[in-house]
Amino acid sequence: MLEKAIKGDQKYWGWIVFLLLLIGMGFAFYLYQFKVGLKVTGMSRDVSWGFYIGQLTYFVGVAAGGVMVVLPYYLHDYKAFGRITILGEFLAIASIVMCGLFVMVDLGNLPRMLNIMIYPNPTSILFWDMIVLNVYMLLNLVIGWNVLSAERKGIQYQKWVKVLIYISIPWAFSIHTVTAFLYAGIPGRHYWLTAIMAARFLSSAFASGPALLILLCLIIRKVSTFDPGKEQIRTLGGIVTYAFVLNIFFLLLEVFTAFYSQIPGHMHSFEYLFSGFEGQASKQAPWMWASVVFAIVALFLLLVPATRRREPILAAGCGAVIASTWIDKGFGLVIGGFIPNPFERVFEYWPTTPEIMISVGVWATGFFILTVLYKIVVSVKEEVAG
Amino acid sequence: MYDGGKIITGLIIGLLALFLWPFFYDRNGQAGVSPKPELTAKAKEAGQCVAPTPYMREYHMQLLDDWRHTVVRDGDRYYDTSEGTWHLRVLGDINDAIAGAGERHYKETDRKIYYKSLQVTCMDCHSNKSKFCDECHDYMGVDPYCWDCHIEPKENK
Amino acid sequence: MMGVDRREFLKIAGLSGLFGLGGKAAIELLAPGEVEAQLSSAPVMKGKRWAMVIDAHALDDELMDVCIRACHREHNVPDLDDPKVEIKWLWKEEYPHAFPGQKHEYIGDDIKHSEFLLLCNHCTNPPCCRVCPTKATWQREDGIVMMDQHRCIGCRFCMAACPFGVRSFNWGDPRKAPEEKNPDFPTNVKYPTRSKGVVEKCTFCAERLAKGQLPACVEAANQIKENALTFGDLDDPASIVRELLRKHYTIRRKPELGTEPNVFYIV
Repeated sequence: MLEKAIKGDQKYWGWIVFLLLLIGMGFAFYLYQFKVGLKVTGMSRDVSWGFYIGQLTYFVGVAAGGVMVVLPYYLHDYKAFGRITILGEFLAIASIVMCGLFVMVDLGNLPRMLNIMIYPNPTSILFWDMIVLNVYMLLNLVIGWNVLSAERKGIQYQKWVKVLIYISIPWAFSIHTVTAFLYAGIPGRHYWLTAIMAARFLSSAFASGPALLILLCLIIRKVSTFDPGKEQIRTLGGIVTYAFVLNIFFLLLEVFTAFYSQIPGHMHSFEYLFSGFEGQASKQAPWMWASVVFAIVALFLLLVPATRRREPILAAGCGAVIASTWIDKGFGLVIGGFIPNPFERVFEYWPTTPEIMISVGVWATGFFILTVLYKIVVSVKEEVAG
Repeated sequence: MYDGGKIITGLIIGLLALFLWPFFYDRNGQAGVSPKPELTAKAKEAGQCVAPTPYMREYHMQLLDDWRHTVVRDGDRYYDTSEGTWHLRVLGDINDAIAGAGERHYKETDRKIYYKSLQVTCMDCHSNKSKFCDECHDYMGVDPYCWDCHIEPKENK
Repeated sequence: MMGVDRREFLKIAGLSGLFGLGGKAAIELLAPGEVEAQLSSAPVMKGKRWAMVIDAHALDDELMDVCIRACHREHNVPDLDDPKVEIKWLWKEEYPHAFPGQKHEYIGDDIKHSEFLLLCNHCTNPPCCRVCPTKATWQREDGIVMMDQHRCIGCRFCMAACPFGVRSFNWGDPRKAPEEKNPDFPTNVKYPTRSKGVVEKCTFCAERLAKGQLPACVEAANQIKENALTFGDLDDPASIVRELLRKHYTIRRKPELGTEPNVFYIV
């Protein structure tokens, strides 16, 4: 089926070449980082994780979000989603690849990457994260490929695929729970030390993943003759809304605990992120407030079913959800854990140009894989329909 | 194949030329010169390295790997030549199994105790890194990253 | 020899194959795991739970600078002169920042600006060791939280996990440190530097303990003021650290987190 990805019109190839250029540029910047060291990024002794790890966290969420299509179809027989489970599964693959790449560009000593397998430490959540993410990617690859092949041949897929599908559903929850555990068990970082970190991660994942999926479905409808379906998109919109409301609710719970208890450690990160610490205005504050504004806009657009049903409004709402969650999780989360530092000082962080360019290269790689996989899906669907 | 005979002949000659030219290209007599590592006066005086020379020549990497593991991770900083590394011991056992004990391929040394350190012990005798270590390494095209951290001895070039 | 029968051929081929493979690949099959060489002919400081007691009353700028200099020079810690990428194993910190849980509005200026010596606490319950994916940092039997720079992949999870901010990362090549600040780098040719991309921190001078010497900072401090810094085994009731802990009120950094730091400050 791979050959379907090399048959496309000029627009398709234009997009592919554009992505390849971005990948090349990102790779060139990475070679620079590899040679000089991670000091070319904005990270520092105080803020030792930054944009890369934030993006890793965000895209694990997007990957987990695919389960919001798979679960209703396989566990609750919501037949409409049968059309688009493959899109969720392939989105998960592209997302996990981006996660893996973000980890790799963040490592200080990439050639030693395999040490995590040669000398494993089961008490380290990073070890388990590596396992669950890679298995999830493989699951989606095997499941997606087999289901799509079967659809193309007009036959039912083999029974063992069903077993894998049933495993992939709780596994999707596990990948983001384990990723949350990276943060939620760290004693010195009070912004992260919360029992509902995993719940927050899952709720924002189930909002941002399906939101991205909706936007991708709308694009697919525009560039091909395959229509993911009005009902499917509508139901996904409902899922995004519920998940996003839950996400905001969880955030407000955090704010309550921090500010009602008045415990300094709990409040400081919020103070820094949203305004500043000890008189010093923070660089992050405008972005965090933008995230809030996007969230309010998203709620406004998505809460009322009658307006949410209108696809342009739904699309705008999904964009707002993605923007809001991306800032909150892909940026604010990691920085808030490190600022203020253990000495209650602020050392600012901002990604540098090489850091951003490398990230662009990683995004381009993910979108390249997504484009290729979706092209295959769309071609198969068109072939079957025709 | 049209003109098949000519094409295949040409291919064979071409590929042979491509693969065999290094054997004929002699860089002013420099090509294929085997490395000649030099010992310092101190090394010559010592007579024997921490392990028999044939073993060191072939397996010094394994010895250093064992050292860096046992020093850093086990806190075991002294090397007893009568015990050797596990690698040396197992090789000895295999050798005994094949050739019979007493016919050791690697001869034993007098019992000595060394401080396990590339930088402090090894380079003390082999302080001419560019004429010793680098001789073979450059020839083989290997670039061990030990020297990223472990400080090379200062040489008067 | 006339024809070798098949069994014999396989035996010879197998063994010569193993031998020919050489190195670890073949040997691992026969001797999995490591064998420790037992040796006690060299002087070694042995302990079960190393700890340090710092007498805050004895600290002044000169003493602390001497200690920091001794430590950083002993271990080739470069002076990068940039708080973004700086590397510090031992450093000075003002009271409200060293012990933020203790500060209040009415602290006198003297105390507010008094400085403490900070270093890795070699916690008994270290979160950094829990999170390291490769055990490049781990807790030794004698309590020291050790670093294996051969194994570190530079993921910096330990830096995120440490509640005390004692770990530094080599954001660039330490050998490329500015020459004006590091004219005689490396300052100790008997000790390695690190490469870029690995984490480093105080290791309670494990390599000196192995030679029966005190940590560099303690030895340097003793030249100026006896017992300003003391080092000893908490497991030994007769050790000087136990004695000091019995006699004086001491505080530790962030004890409420349960990491059980082993650096005590007499205040």
